[in-house]
Amino acid sequence: MLTHQMECTKEVPIASSPTFMEGVRDCIPTLLGYISIGLAAGVVGAASGLSVMEMGFMSLLVYAGAAQFIICALLAVHTPISAIVLTTFIVNLRNFLLSATLAPHFGKYSLLNNIGTGLLVTDESFGVAATRLASGKPLSNRWMHGLNLTAYIVWVISCTLGTLFGNWIADPQMFGLDYALTAMFIALLVLQLGNVVPAKLKHYLKLMAYMVIAMVVLSLFVSTQLAIILATVIVATIGVVTER
Amino acid sequence: MIVNWTVFIIIVGCALVTMIPRVAPFFVVRNMVLPQAVMKWLSYIPVCIFTALVVESMLDKQSGTLHIEWPAVIVLVPTLLVALKTKSLSLTVVVGVVCMAVVRFFW
Repeated sequence: MLTHQMECTKEVPIASSPTFMEGVRDCIPTLLGYISIGLAAGVVGAASGLSVMEMGFMSLLVYAGAAQFIICALLAVHTPISAIVLTTFIVNLRNFLLSATLAPHFGKYSLLNNIGTGLLVTDESFGVAATRLASGKPLSNRWMHGLNLTAYIVWVISCTLGTLFGNWIADPQMFGLDYALTAMFIALLVLQLGNVVPAKLKHYLKLMAYMVIAMVVLSLFVSTQLAIILATVIVATIGVVTER
Repeated sequence: MIVNWTVFIIIVGCALVTMIPRVAPFFVVRNMVLPQAVMKWLSYIPVCIFTALVVESMLDKQSGTLHIEWPAVIVLVPTLLVALKTKSLSLTVVVGVVCMAVVRFFW
């Protein structure tokens, strides 16, 4: 996975398209989030009996914040393999929506290059890319790889260190580190809204209100993770239909 | 360094089901031009999904019934204010984490 991306970044530079290093730089504001969530995930992993090697593997291969917390929690209570894999699938299904939103902007690059981009898309890197798009700036594959790879490396290191430290920390929740994930989502949401044309802001705020209602109502019937996907699909559709 | 065989299979399985939704759209979108309506629909995804994720942090359904996660509701207020005021990801994360630690200490 890594080698593919490294090769892809050696493409001929296209004028005015953002560079790999710009992607690295744009990742920096999100790193504190990855570090705190990664450390917290590592500590949780250690608490549920995972070795440093196992946690390292998980962050390298699965590379998903919320899902890794859930996998650890399920492992701790000896959930069957099939149930853990299915839960992870549902939790990470929203990535389909993220990749679908980004994919149209990467059509001109090779398939291998696109796979490299897609594999490392996270909520946060998606947020940074979507914010860039919303402010009218172009995306490029090199920029996306810079953004993605920086986050990926920092995530794997943070998770591994977290597992190492895990033996000394009894209750990771006490430090509020796990809330870094939500805090990041709040900031990304605000950045998104900041780029909305003022005339459309009311439309967006209405949709957010619908989202809250849809999330609560759907969560009564399905898991909150599935509710995220269903509510997003429903309300984005309402957004298109009610748009003037 | 120990790697348990069962844990390894779980990790590989979880990795595969995570990769599919991440990569699939790139295969689909390559070979077609998306209609205007679909592009519009996709433009609403960021705001919708981040709202969903924030709301999800305030809901708890682990025991089967739906509960409100009050600490997350309380911490939302200062975190949102800092995000609106500073527009800074790092600062929002720091304030959110510190506020959550404080709230959990007293909760």
